[in-house]
Amino acid sequence: MTFTLVQVIVGGLLLGAVYALFSSGLTLVWGMMNVVNFAHGDFVMLGMYVAFVVYTLLGGGPLIGAPLATLLLATLGVIVYFALIRDIMKGPMLAQILGTFGLALLLRYSVFWWFGANFLSLPENLVGGTFDIFGIRLQASRLLAGVVALLVTLGLHLLLTRTTLGSRMLAVAEDATAAQLMGIRPDSMQAIAWAIAAGATGLAGALIATFFYIVPTVGETLGIVAFVTVSLGGFGSVPGALVAGLLIGVIESLSGYLIGAVYKDIVVYTLFLGFLWFRPQGLMGKT
Amino acid sequence: MRFSHVIGLFSAAVMSVALAGNAAAQSKTVKIGGIFPMSGNAASIGVHVKQAFDVALDIINNPHPELGDFPLAKNGGLAGLGGAKVEIVYADNQGSPATGQNQALRLITEEKVAALTGAYQSGITLTASAIAEKYNIPFVNGESVAPNLTERGFKWFFRVTPIATDFARVYYDFLNDMKAAGAKTDNIAILHDNTEYGASVANTITTAFKEKGIAIALDVAYATNATDVQSQVLQLKEKKPDVVIVISYTSDAILLAKTMQALDYKPPMLLADDAGYSDPSFIKAVGKISQGTFNRSSFSVGPAGSPTAIIAKMYKDKSGDDMDDTVARQMQALFVLCEAIDRAGSTEPAKIQAALKATDLKPDQIMMGYKGVKFDDKGQNILASGLIIQLQDGENYLSVWPKASAEKTPIMPYKGW
Repeated sequence: MTFTLVQVIVGGLLLGAVYALFSSGLTLVWGMMNVVNFAHGDFVMLGMYVAFVVYTLLGGGPLIGAPLATLLLATLGVIVYFALIRDIMKGPMLAQILGTFGLALLLRYSVFWWFGANFLSLPENLVGGTFDIFGIRLQASRLLAGVVALLVTLGLHLLLTRTTLGSRMLAVAEDATAAQLMGIRPDSMQAIAWAIAAGATGLAGALIATFFYIVPTVGETLGIVAFVTVSLGGFGSVPGALVAGLLIGVIESLSGYLIGAVYKDIVVYTLFLGFLWFRPQGLMGKT
Repeated sequence: MRFSHVIGLFSAAVMSVALAGNAAAQSKTVKIGGIFPMSGNAASIGVHVKQAFDVALDIINNPHPELGDFPLAKNGGLAGLGGAKVEIVYADNQGSPATGQNQALRLITEEKVAALTGAYQSGITLTASAIAEKYNIPFVNGESVAPNLTERGFKWFFRVTPIATDFARVYYDFLNDMKAAGAKTDNIAILHDNTEYGASVANTITTAFKEKGIAIALDVAYATNATDVQSQVLQLKEKKPDVVIVISYTSDAILLAKTMQALDYKPPMLLADDAGYSDPSFIKAVGKISQGTFNRSSFSVGPAGSPTAIIAKMYKDKSGDDMDDTVARQMQALFVLCEAIDRAGSTEPAKIQAALKATDLKPDQIMMGYKGVKFDDKGQNILASGLIIQLQDGENYLSVWPKASAEKTPIMPYKGW
């Protein structure tokens, strides 16, 4: 019983780290630019397909797939910013929602058209199988994703708090006009933010692909959790997304095991709504 | 001004030619509506059924003497309608019951289809067929197994596939035989999603087993399209059932197989209820770590040169995938519908309905392993039957039960990876 419970919590933490990993990109864009990117889940999906193509063409694992996915998605992020986001940011909120939602469908069905609707999968032992520590099973691929989640969170946090670039990005987020008067170009700052956010998302996708199925609609399945994680963590707070992700992962695992898997979403979302009732800005968001 | 007149005249001419062409074509084609998941999480099913229907239409619309006496194969088109060709108008149900319903309405009122087939997910067949019933249009279903579909007193709904109650009986008999052969089958767990399909099949199996005096020891339900199934697997791992019956669509089935390996869980026997486990992309993705999985089926390829073998090969050439049970049952439904339209000699819905009611196909006239096709008053095929198959080498399912139609003997226990 206790052994299983420890396994449930460990599993929840690893799951939560993954949630945190693919939410970090969303929190950056959402919190800093006030743009809700509905295509976020599909950016994760693209990262997964990059990992899949790298494996089938080159036989390479995440060591090649993850950096490549980061790079490709960062490029895509810049393109998306200049081609779409820059213009729709000037429009009403509805334009942003529909614009990024349209982008989501475009990406999803382009992949659908190119790769087909079949479920794909990377080999299970691509990242060194599973460790058994005193009867507790630790999947290497999930562990890797968890460690990378911590590093990405730390990296983004340091970037925003300790570097000039970070300060400039925050300045643009605060007041774009004032920042422009100080000689900061909002356009380039926001393009950089999109590149970083999309790159982190692509990285997340490439790592998740090592233990999840790959299908064009996978962004739909994963996307909702990302939105919940970001709002629970607090908009724009990168460490908040990490804590929120871990929290959701553990609560989901525990309630799924103790009460029943069919009820776990009810538990998670009840707690989530209850929490926002008391603290609408989220765990670490500013008021 | 004059120029726009010319343009106007020209487009009118083009339109009338197009309309006339259309009208002429219409008299020689029979339109059938096909509602399937073409997008969303079950889109791989829609892709496969389209390829299967292309093969079926090829057989129906063109002469195929190599198929012998297989209905509709010999000559091109439907002989009963002067060689009319059959055309499928597809509609995407997007995995949503509401969309399925709207699409049924569109196909009936705008596309004027003579009959409908589909819609894969039981929950969507439920809503789409209700529209067909309202508009008095025949709806022939080949693959939805939720028992209540034929318990609604519908007059226009016909179902060719065996249903959950049939399979519950198959599972019971199979487990009994396995027990006689020395396997432990007393402690049974059911793992299922909470869709119309998952919940109703789980319920049917539980009820059927209870009537025989066997209680299901553990019932684990979960929300479909899960992001994680660790807690479910751990629950099973702790309770150690002898048999785990899994009722799930493809996405969850793949995640389950991966998680079972990660958490090192192997039940002595894993018995899957078709759906996700029959999807060719399941086998490609995780077949190698799901060896020994038992599954139900009603399709087996049969000896070389038989109509089933020829059709299976045509399908493989077209799609690149082996014919699986789901797609075969969908294809069978289309054949049953077209055979009835051919016999009716008309596209009038009432005449098709009458012909469907009179359907009496023998085992050698169908591609499935059923004892035949004959509908009762509720529209259910009373001659449908099933068998048990096993994924023995991780790449192909082989029939293992009942003995009469078995290619191999069942291997125990579940091997996994």
